[in-house]
Amino acid sequence: MLFSDYNVNIIFEDGVLTAFIKGEVDHHNAVAARRRIDRELEEKRPHELVLDLGGVNFMDSSGLGLILGRYSKASELGIAFAVCNPTPATMKILSLAGGERIIKIISDEVK
Amino acid sequence: MSKTELINELKLAFPSYSVNEGGARAMVSAFCASLNPTVDELSDIRCAVSEAVTNSIVHGYRNTIGTIFIMVRLYSDRTVKIEIKDKGCGISDIEQALQPLFTTDPAGERSGMGFTVMENFTDSVVVRSAPGKGTKVTLKKKLSKLTQNR
Ligand SMILES: Nc1ncnc2c1ncn2[C@@H]1O[C@H](COP(=O)(O)OP(=O)(O)OP(=O)(O)O)[C@@H](O)[C@H]1O
Ligand SMILES: [Mg+2]
Repeated sequence: MLFSDYNVNIIFEDGVLTAFIKGEVDHHNAVAARRRIDRELEEKRPHELVLDLGGVNFMDSSGLGLILGRYSKASELGIAFAVCNPTPATMKILSLAGGERIIKIISDEVK
Repeated sequence: MSKTELINELKLAFPSYSVNEGGARAMVSAFCASLNPTVDELSDIRCAVSEAVTNSIVHGYRNTIGTIFIMVRLYSDRTVKIEIKDKGCGISDIEQALQPLFTTDPAGERSGMGFTVMENFTDSVVVRSAPGKGTKVTLKKKLSKLTQNR
């Protein structure tokens, strides 16, 4: 079994859990990111989960699955959810699935 | 009018480990770079290839490891043709599989958007598949003309 060295940095501050996702979000890396974020979510029980996608330089439908999956997981736990700083390429994938209509999208300028 | 000729060809074969997803799309896009595509065209190709390769890994060879075959052909009219093939479980209803949001694996956090991404990021997607035999996805994309201000 090969394990990914995929990097997700997590900050927990004022009840907000922010996961900074970096690099290429494909199926291989999404599996590792999902495990990491879900563990923190269960442990910290924040009132809001923010996925910061500013450092993402590749994303396909597996990344979309990661985002929509964290959205459902947060909703189940009664946790607010937002996506932050998506690149134009990430937005292209998100909007194909109508994701921008159900998910709150913020950028650092307005945060 | 000049005849369209095959000008270059790449063949890859690798085991369906998920760690190979990144390498596969990087090799295909590096090979296509000789045609001088735009940054956006290259990023579309990378994403479409990633979708097809991931499908072979998570659906075709679900719970097993098999070989994934890729063939890329570059033509003189700036068309790129990419075949991604597996000898996995195959698809019983291709028309249904191509529908946006259709997935057989919601538990794996799949959203059923892979084929929709391929269709949006290339000019044509053709799927040939038979249950128990495997699946071949053929992607075609015609790159924009080279101009001075690119
Ligand atoms: N190579 C393959 N072998 C067997 N079945 C496949 C293959 N590729 C696709 N399929 C079937 O077609 C369906 C749709 O594929 P598609 O890529 O559109 O969505 P997905 O893979 O389920 O989800 P997503 O790509 O959004 O993560 C899959 O759920 C699967 O049932
Ligand atoms: Mg898919």
